Amino acid sequence: MSEEKKDPTQATANSDVVGNKAQDAAADKGVGGPEQPAAEVAGPTLGTDADRLPAAPGTTPDPVEIGERHGMFGAADHGDTSGYGGLVKPILFPAAAVRPYGGYFDEVADLLERGLVGGSASYAEAVERVVVDRGELTLFVRRDHLPAVARTMRDDPGLRFELCTGVSGVHYPHEQGRELHAVYHLLSITHGGRRIRLEVTAPDSDPHIPSIVEVYPANDWHERETWDMFGIQFDGHPSLTRILMPDDWPGHPQRKDYPLGGIPVEYKGATVPPPDQRRSYT
Amino acid sequence: MSHTDTSHGTSPGLDPRLGDSDIYATSAADTAAAEGAHVFNATGGDWDQLVDEAAALHEERIVVNMGPQHPSTHGVLRLILELDGETVTEARAGIGYLHTGIEKNMEFRTWTQGVTFCTRMDYLTPMMQEAAYCLGIEKLLGITEQVPERASTIRVLMMELTRISSHLVAIGTGGMEMGATTVMTVGFRERERILSVIEMVTGLRMNNAYIRPGGVSQDLPPGAIDKVRDMVPLVRKGIHELELLLLENPVLKGRTVDVGYLDLAGCMALGMTGPVLRSTGLPHDLRKLDPYCGYETYDFDVVTRDTCDAYARLCVRIDEMYQSLRIIEQAVERLQATPGPVMVADKKIAWPAQLAIGGDGMGNSLDHIREIMGTSMESLIHHFKLVTEGFRVPPGQAYAAVESAKGELGCHVVSDGGTRPYRAHFRDPSFNNLQAVSAMCEGGQVADVIVAVASIDPVMGGVDR
Repeated sequence: MSEEKKDPTQATANSDVVGNKAQDAAADKGVGGPEQPAAEVAGPTLGTDADRLPAAPGTTPDPVEIGERHGMFGAADHGDTSGYGGLVKPILFPAAAVRPYGGYFDEVADLLERGLVGGSASYAEAVERVVVDRGELTLFVRRDHLPAVARTMRDDPGLRFELCTGVSGVHYPHEQGRELHAVYHLLSITHGGRRIRLEVTAPDSDPHIPSIVEVYPANDWHERETWDMFGIQFDGHPSLTRILMPDDWPGHPQRKDYPLGGIPVEYKGATVPPPDQRRSYT
Repeated sequence: MSHTDTSHGTSPGLDPRLGDSDIYATSAADTAAAEGAHVFNATGGDWDQLVDEAAALHEERIVVNMGPQHPSTHGVLRLILELDGETVTEARAGIGYLHTGIEKNMEFRTWTQGVTFCTRMDYLTPMMQEAAYCLGIEKLLGITEQVPERASTIRVLMMELTRISSHLVAIGTGGMEMGATTVMTVGFRERERILSVIEMVTGLRMNNAYIRPGGVSQDLPPGAIDKVRDMVPLVRKGIHELELLLLENPVLKGRTVDVGYLDLAGCMALGMTGPVLRSTGLPHDLRKLDPYCGYETYDFDVVTRDTCDAYARLCVRIDEMYQSLRIIEQAVERLQATPGPVMVADKKIAWPAQLAIGGDGMGNSLDHIREIMGTSMESLIHHFKLVTEGFRVPPGQAYAAVESAKGELGCHVVSDGGTRPYRAHFRDPSFNNLQAVSAMCEGGQVADVIVAVASIDPVMGGVDR
């Protein structure tokens, strides 16, 4: 886990931005979309941003480590003759963005901040981190505040994200305390096809995320699917039952700890192992 | 059997000489049990009277399972209908009978192999899944701008062909479900013309795996452009034939007008997209709103109707096919005018061989084989590594959406920097739109359920994945 989650008030220095930019570039070659703001752009606005986003850890530019990659050729069942077997590399996800985010993203963030005023949570409380990557805006929302954020996203005239195109679960077993992610994609028809992504995390030990079916009724089946596949319990869902798997199915198949299954296939005397046991190039 | 009197046409079962030996006759016990029971006579009385009778008896609600093996439920869709006489009081859809774990399987294959899986989701629109998935990967790789223009044009051509063939099946099977076989035969006849073009270009009628990350698997074969040009007027004529057959047909209008009603507010709440949403008058089309593959450069209209019913959806589909033909004509012009590569130049992503189909129906470019087997060890290694190991995609996530024939088809791809998708999730329009079955069917007649479901055009391969 990176530092940022433990210390949300960690100060940002320009030198850090520059230093990590190089790291980012190495980790994410070929990142498209709006440019990550350069240090000189971030410099002058940093003071005002710090005022406006008092506790937002989103201003720390460290990439997020979600796990480690071991070895290179995926062969773990015999002696390492290549010497690459001991290779350990961190898996780094895009770092939090600093203002300006570029495009309509700043406007969306400002409007959300204004829309949340007077509600149950302020922007700084609700939004844990903002990531701009490959031309897409991701708001990491703290799970308790998801319904409030979703409602603002839908109802605020400046935001007006009418469509929620479902929720997609992702399981990161190595992210301690936030193994389960629920990813929502919103589309605004009113504002010419703007899209944003809300990402909510929950620990494996307490896999609860509030349902947003009240706000987006379309999410009914999508949340059932994510429950079915990942075991995320959407609190407040009208009837959270399995939808694709049989009702009495044990386990949640899309989780990373759930095996793919399959049997070895014998063909002309040779045996081909099932796909999840074949050598994979990690 | 000299004594049989079948010559005058009487069924042997009704032969009076059989007498008491009729094994299907009710027994005396049955007759006694039936004494005093209420007798429904459905042949004579007024319908309202029958309904009143049923209500007066406080009959238990009747719950009918329609499907999952019902011929008119578009595959293995199970509809659970609660009936009050002929009226549907509650309708629920049960799905999952065709769940094959495609998304999970994709996590165990390379990025390129994933195309072969996702093409099988909605098997009527294989190109749409391939395009959404590849656009997502290209976003992750940051090569969206590097995809050659010709590749994008071919993608547009193939997607529009797919859209027409999907709509033809939607209309054809929809007609058959209402009892009109001719609609089906015309629809499938025209679809066959399109599939033969798709087969010529990709090698397969369905499940093509033709669109690949970075472009398409191979260029159009010689003669394909002429074939498309020959096909377009024929298909246009066929669609017109369907139009003449259907749109003013009193039986069809009687079955579809004001049936499966879902207005704009309902559509927005339920996240409906595609022809269902456009039948409410909202011209929402991702090809215009959020263009991909260069759709903004084509001249076409977004078709809408405003009666919000199954008839409007039928009209939208028919008109959309004409618009797709317009796009196809423009795409063909461009393909004729601009030759060029159909895959990104990055040799770390593009598979090296442009396939050349040999006499055995399979094969590889002979020049390429000569190179890797005869002259260049490095080329051989590169080919081997690229095909078996695949390419690495920088960590992160992306969402790409295309306007499928049924609505917004979204693909959420997550990479952890490896050679395989960490997660690939498809937001299938049929999956989302099936949620509207309750809203469309409740309060209507049982027969209208069929029409309403057909107007959503769900394909269970996509719903269950």
